[in-house]
Amino acid sequence: MAKLRTRKHKVVLNRSAGGDAGIVFMLVILGAFMFLPMLYVVMQSLKPLDELWMFPPRFYVVKPTFKNFKDLFTLMNDSWVPFSRYIFNTVFISVVGTAGHLFFASLAAYAFAKIKFPGGKFMFTTIRTSLMFHATVTSLVNFIVMSWFGWVDTYAAVIIPGFASTLGLYLMKQFMDTNVSGAVLESSRLDGASELKTFWVIAMPMVKPAWLTLIIYRFKDLWNEGASIYIHSEQLKTFNYAIQQIMAGGIKRAGASAASTVVMMMVPILVFIISQSNIIETMGSSGMKD
Amino acid sequence: MSQKTAAPKAVSRKDMTRAQWTWKEIKRNKVAYFMVAPYVILFTIFTVVPVVFSMFLSLTEFNLLEPPRFLFLDNYIRLFLDDDIFILACSNTFVFACIVGPASYLMSLMVAWFINELSPRIRAVVTLIFYAPSISGQVYLIWGTLFSGDAYGWVNGTLLKLGLITKEIQFFESASWVMPLCIVVALWTSLGTSFLSFIAGLQGIDRSMYEAGAVDGIRNRWQELWYVTLPSMKPQLMFGAIMSITSTFGFGGVVTALCGFPSVDYAAHTIMHCLEDYGSQRFEVGYASAIAVVLFAIMIGANMLVKKILSKVGQ
Repeated sequence: MAKLRTRKHKVVLNRSAGGDAGIVFMLVILGAFMFLPMLYVVMQSLKPLDELWMFPPRFYVVKPTFKNFKDLFTLMNDSWVPFSRYIFNTVFISVVGTAGHLFFASLAAYAFAKIKFPGGKFMFTTIRTSLMFHATVTSLVNFIVMSWFGWVDTYAAVIIPGFASTLGLYLMKQFMDTNVSGAVLESSRLDGASELKTFWVIAMPMVKPAWLTLIIYRFKDLWNEGASIYIHSEQLKTFNYAIQQIMAGGIKRAGASAASTVVMMMVPILVFIISQSNIIETMGSSGMKD
Repeated sequence: MSQKTAAPKAVSRKDMTRAQWTWKEIKRNKVAYFMVAPYVILFTIFTVVPVVFSMFLSLTEFNLLEPPRFLFLDNYIRLFLDDDIFILACSNTFVFACIVGPASYLMSLMVAWFINELSPRIRAVVTLIFYAPSISGQVYLIWGTLFSGDAYGWVNGTLLKLGLITKEIQFFESASWVMPLCIVVALWTSLGTSFLSFIAGLQGIDRSMYEAGAVDGIRNRWQELWYVTLPSMKPQLMFGAIMSITSTFGFGGVVTALCGFPSVDYAAHTIMHCLEDYGSQRFEVGYASAIAVVLFAIMIGANMLVKKILSKVGQ
C-alpha cells in the first residue's frame, strides 16, 4: 500500500515535496507575523528623531543611532526616586521571590511525587485544578486578605503569594515522576538518610532542567511585574514600572520609549536563549494524563 | 510505587479499621506533611480561600467598609437581567475566546509540528522567534505604534501613501476595529507554555512509531498526524489546552493597555474588565465577586468541554 523507500536500512517516511513546500510557506508567513513587529521595535529604538516622525513612515532605519538609549539613561538620572532604587526593588523581588518559590514548590513537589501519604493525591489534584483558571478571579479577595495581614504597600504582598504559584509545582512534580527513580531514593533511605536529605542531596540534582525552568518562569514574571495594585509608595516600585512612566511621557519620548522596550525585552529573551534546551526537556513531562 | 516499602514498620491493613489505618499512615508519613505544609498553606490562603470566599461574597452586598449584607441571588439576577454592559462583555468574551482560544492552540500545535523535523539548531532559532513575543513583557505596545491613529503610524502612513485611504483610520478609537486588532495582538502573544509543551511532546515520540505507522499503511503526513502523532502526545495536548484557555481569559490587561479603559463603546469590554470596574474602581465587592464566580465557572466549563473534545483525537 504505502510507498516505502529504504535508505541505509531506515524506513523513509512518506513526505511529499509539495507538503514540504507548503509547510515552509506557512512557516515563513507565520514567522513574518511574529518577527516583524519585534524587528520594528528594534528599528524604532535606533531611529533618529527625524526618522521617527517622517511621512510616509519607513519600516527600517537608515541612519541608526544610539541617541535614544542615551536619552533613556538621562531620563533615568532625572527621576525623583533614584533609579538605582527601582533596579534594587526589581532585583530584590525577583531574587527572593524566585528562591522562595523554587524551595517551597520543589519540597512539596517531591513529597507529592515520591511519598504516598493520605490526602496527598487530593491536595495535588486541587492544586492542579487551579491551573484551569486565571488569577484575576482571586485578585479581589486577595486584596482583602493582604489588608488583613497588613501587607499592603510592602514587598511581602508581591513576593509571598508567588511562592505558591501553581505552574512551577506542577512542572516540578511531573518531572520528578518521570526522572527520579524510586530505587535510588530507596537506597538512600536504607542508608539512613532523612527524607529531607534524600530530597536535597539525591533528588534535586537529578531534576536540574526542572528547577532551571522554575527559576526562569518565576523570574520572567517578576521581571515583567509592573505596577502592582498592592504597592503605593514610589520607593517600593519596580524597574518595569519606572520604565512605563518614561514611556507614558508622550510624543517627545517616542525614541526613549522604544529604547526602553528593547532594554526590557532583551533580558527574558537572553535568559531563554541560554536555557531553551532545559525548558524543552522539562516540558517533555508536562503532559496531563487524566 | 516504592514508597510503601520505605516504611520502617509497614502495617498490614487487614487487622484494623479504615480510620485506624489512615491514622497510622499519617503518622508514618509525618515528614511528607511537613514538606508540603509551607506550599499548601500559602496555596490555601491565596487561592483556595479567595475562591471560596468569593462564592460567599457573591451572595452579599459588601463595600469593604460595612459588614457584608446577605442578598442571596440578587447579584446574579442583576448581572444577567439588569446589566447590559455585563451582557455585552459576556458576548465580547465569548467571541474573543472562541476565536483566540482555538486559533492560538492550533497555531502553537501547527508551528511545533512544522518545525519538528528541522535540524536542532534551526529549530532552536525558529522556536525563539515564535516564543519571544510572549515573554517580552510590554513589547505588545508596538502594535499601538504600528496602528497609531495619526499619519505617522506605519499602517496609516502606508495606506495613505498608496492612496487606499484618504483620511487616517482611528484604529484603537473605532468600535469596529478594536476587537479584530485585539484578537490579532492576542494571537501574536499566545505562543507560550503550550507551544513549548507541544515541541517537547513531538520530540518525545519514538521514531519507530512512525515507521510502524508507515508499514501499517499510513500514506501521508496528515494521516500520520491524526493516527500516530496526536494520540501519542495526548497528555501534552491536554496540558496545552489548559494553558491556552487560562491565558486567553487573562488577556484583559493587554486590551486595557492598547484601547484604554473602558474601550470605545465598550467594543472590547470583557468580563475581566467588568470585574476590574466593579472590584477596584466602584468597590461593589459583592457584585464584583458574582462576576468573578461567573468567570470562574466559564473557565472551568471551557476546560471540561475541551477535555471532552480531546478525548476524540485519533478515533
